[in-house]
Amino acid sequence: MERALVLAASAIGAGLAMIAGIGPGIGEGFAVGKACEAIGRQPESSGAVTRTMFIGCAVAESTGIYAFVVALILMFINPFLGKL
Amino acid sequence: MKVPEFLSGSHEVQIGGPKIVFHFDVFGIRINVTETIIISWAILIALTLLVLFLTHNMQKKPVKKRQIIAEYLVGMVDNLIKNTMGKKFKSFGPYIAALFASSIFGSLVSLAGLRSVTADYSTTLCWALMTFIMIETAKIKTSGIGGYLKQFINPLNIVSEVSTPVSMSFRHFGNVAGGMIITSLVYFALTGLSNAIGLAVPVFTVGIPAVLSLYFDLFSGFMQAFIFIMLTMIYIESACSTE
Repeated sequence: MERALVLAASAIGAGLAMIAGIGPGIGEGFAVGKACEAIGRQPESSGAVTRTMFIGCAVAESTGIYAFVVALILMFINPFLGKL
Repeated sequence: MKVPEFLSGSHEVQIGGPKIVFHFDVFGIRINVTETIIISWAILIALTLLVLFLTHNMQKKPVKKRQIIAEYLVGMVDNLIKNTMGKKFKSFGPYIAALFASSIFGSLVSLAGLRSVTADYSTTLCWALMTFIMIETAKIKTSGIGGYLKQFINPLNIVSEVSTPVSMSFRHFGNVAGGMIITSLVYFALTGLSNAIGLAVPVFTVGIPAVLSLYFDLFSGFMQAFIFIMLTMIYIESACSTE
């Protein structure tokens, strides 16, 4: 019974952790939109703009990745089962 | 997987860390040799052989195709470093190229059905720690040991120093491991779908996971390798600049 409770709570916690995916989604969409704008204005600089945008996107993504790692740990490693 | 298992599809998702192939004891400490270690050694040997083959028997005027390929690759790395870091950092070329090559091949081995090397946190952590040591060395070289220690008067700077390797390694690991997990979940779902319809052979798993693999293995693997070396170059360059 206790085990089932801990497993259920871990699953819910993993789901809640992934709410953090909203942030990088909005941020990256904004960055890509601005990059499209910049390319539309200056098509000759599209290479540099794209490169910079990918780097920025990767950095913006890291908060989402942290949440993902937390969710992975909660789902597959189950650290709280050992505390029973 | 055995043949009947493959024909009917596996019945449970298998997601976990790399398998331990064998282990040995050194002074009572158990050392596990995992899949990751063996595959990364194979990649290292393959890359070394490839480089030896490309640069074998070079001449002043290239007549062979492989020498032209080798010169093109070296020129590409030099150009990238010149554009991102500046001319005086040319000596970082071999490190950046080695990091990029091992990262991209480590992600691409999943196309051959093996486990990605970069889907193991110890690999990416090791690379990030190497970069971290280089950044700190560059900082000590430029500002001296006194100037280096002076920045830690504000203890928040310790957090910002330590967070560099953590964020770099988690970013690469999370992307590759996430792709691996999503692909295996989709594969499992497609197997279940064909079982539910009543097909003896899981037909749906033939072509559909390949589309996902195109994004997660090819695009994401290449992107993460590129981002990793870009961040390495930017961090080292900013550590060397004196303002």
